Amino acid sequence: MTPDTYVPEHFLPVAIFLLLGGAFAVGMLVVGWFVRPRRPYPEKLLTYESGITPFMDAHQKFSIRFYLIAMLFLIFDIEAVFLYPWAVAYGKIGLYGFVEMVIFIAILLVGYVYAWKKGALEWE
Amino acid sequence: MLLKGIFLYFAAVILLSAVLMITRRNPVHSVVYMLLLFFHIAGVFVLLNAEFLAAVQLIVYAGAILILYLFVVMLLNVDKEKLGSRAHRFWPWMAGFGILIAGEVVLLLLRGSFPVNPELSVQQTGAGAEALGIALYTRYLIPFEIASVILLVGLVGAVMLAKKTIKE
Amino acid sequence: MTVMDQVANIAYSLIIPVAVLFGFIMLNAAYLSYMERKVLAHMQARMGPMMTGWHGILQPIADGVKLFFKEDIIPAKADKWLFSLAPVLLLIMSIAAFVAIPFGPPTDFYGILSNKVPLWLTNLNVGILYVLALASVGTYGVIMAGWASNNKYSLLGGFRSAAQMISYEIPMAFAIITVVLLAGSLNLAEIVNAQSEKWFIIVLPVGPVAFLLYLISGVAETNRAPFDLPEAETELVAGFFTEYTGMRFAMFFMAEYANMVVISLLVSILFLGGWMPVQILPNTWLGGMPPVSWINGLFRLMPPVLWLLGKVYFLLFFFIWLRATLPRLRYDQLMAFSWKFLLPLSLATLLTTAVMKQMGLL
Repeated sequence: MTPDTYVPEHFLPVAIFLLLGGAFAVGMLVVGWFVRPRRPYPEKLLTYESGITPFMDAHQKFSIRFYLIAMLFLIFDIEAVFLYPWAVAYGKIGLYGFVEMVIFIAILLVGYVYAWKKGALEWE
Repeated sequence: MLLKGIFLYFAAVILLSAVLMITRRNPVHSVVYMLLLFFHIAGVFVLLNAEFLAAVQLIVYAGAILILYLFVVMLLNVDKEKLGSRAHRFWPWMAGFGILIAGEVVLLLLRGSFPVNPELSVQQTGAGAEALGIALYTRYLIPFEIASVILLVGLVGAVMLAKKTIKE
Repeated sequence: MTVMDQVANIAYSLIIPVAVLFGFIMLNAAYLSYMERKVLAHMQARMGPMMTGWHGILQPIADGVKLFFKEDIIPAKADKWLFSLAPVLLLIMSIAAFVAIPFGPPTDFYGILSNKVPLWLTNLNVGILYVLALASVGTYGVIMAGWASNNKYSLLGGFRSAAQMISYEIPMAFAIITVVLLAGSLNLAEIVNAQSEKWFIIVLPVGPVAFLLYLISGVAETNRAPFDLPEAETELVAGFFTEYTGMRFAMFFMAEYANMVVISLLVSILFLGGWMPVQILPNTWLGGMPPVSWINGLFRLMPPVLWLLGKVYFLLFFFIWLRATLPRLRYDQLMAFSWKFLLPLSLATLLTTAVMKQMGLL
């Protein structure tokens, strides 16, 4: 098979559904546009803040913990991605593949234990 | 013909969203264009019969790396970023490097040939995940194990940086 | 082949299946809200919606019509572009996830059709990864909605929600890899077929553990009770969709319900044997003599697709039941539970499976 002749036809329904989902979502808004009222005034367009006038911008600096969680997630997500082909090919790579993966996971577990000990998994 | 059209669509959107990504004033909007970019790159992988890589493209790049970017970008004060001057004082240097690298890529494309190992070619083996697994865990054992060390460095580095900030 | 044949071919192989699946998603997204209200009400000794139609059966339609006539308010300080994009993105991702899900083995509907048709739109080799990839992109809808609203509750809700979703994606991935290890494939139909003898939930000792890991992570992924912190009414109003009204608000709900159905389908496919009927006794027991063969034969009478849907609706009922029973977790507990308990446990399950396979025990 060469790149010029391969047709990924089993992805056609995927493309159809992505388009259909988008058309449906936009369609709902368009249909609503014809029937819904539009009576905006400054107080209505104010950001909700439990009844008081909003003060300061909502886009404040956020806890660095969110960043840390995202970084930890990234590391383990990549680990998981390595595990998928390993799990599929496991029957063919046998003991060799098993030992390799144990080493791989062991190295990452060092980092996991380090993160735990340093309190990166706490959320006070 | 149809295939070429589909490929051209993906290529055009990839280039367009890349340009939009680096020219947006609002960094959060840039992230949205980057998401669009990753989606279309996954589409190119699908055209190449590399379904597994397409899924990984979305799971790792869109699902993890870009989420990290988004968190970092949202932690910044975006409104301040918008007001600041767009042109960094080093911009001629940056542009120069960019042109240099682009030139190298063009040169490579014009002069080089790409040897393909038919044994490992995704198009030959089809399914992808299993062939990739066998290749990765037999032939490319050392790079795979080194990857874990690189990931470990990333993990330790993130924890150290974050802990320093929390203590302050 | 004439042109008419080709048109008919496309209609049968594409248009009708697409229409049926889309209808299924929409019906579920609408009527799951009715099911949730009714089940919750009866668990709390109330009646729930009763006014519109018999026992309020038309309630979702009335709600939908009402939302069409609601004003669409975009706060003046919001990022209008992202504010509009977020619910659309979330809805597209949750709808598109259904494409790769197999609902049953190829069937000719008891001889109505001349040849057997598969009960799926497309059978991807990387089916489970496709669904996971779309789910991970759905996180953007949540966090963008929170950020674009420029509201403190929304932003905190969006961040919390995104952090929670990514935290529970890890144990979920490891539980899925355990299944992939057992089935040797990423293809959802092949995973179901690998369970024809024994559902993965009863593959001891790892099956039940992986099942619970996946179930818990699935509930957390869909932001449902007891993990519904992003929507903790008492502290964060409605979380990331506080500022949304009318149809945009409806989209978040449809996406949430569609995601619940996807998670239930995946739990059924990965662990509960998909469309395989319940086997009370193994086929080989007593040499397959009656009454074993009678009982198993009786269960086979129900069409496979109904077995799958039966499992799905039981799981959906279970999710609602959880909401009626369990109090909400605290956010630090929720994060610690995933990172300190589920993650090591899921990794241990995975390695145990690998060791047992290596020793030939599985």
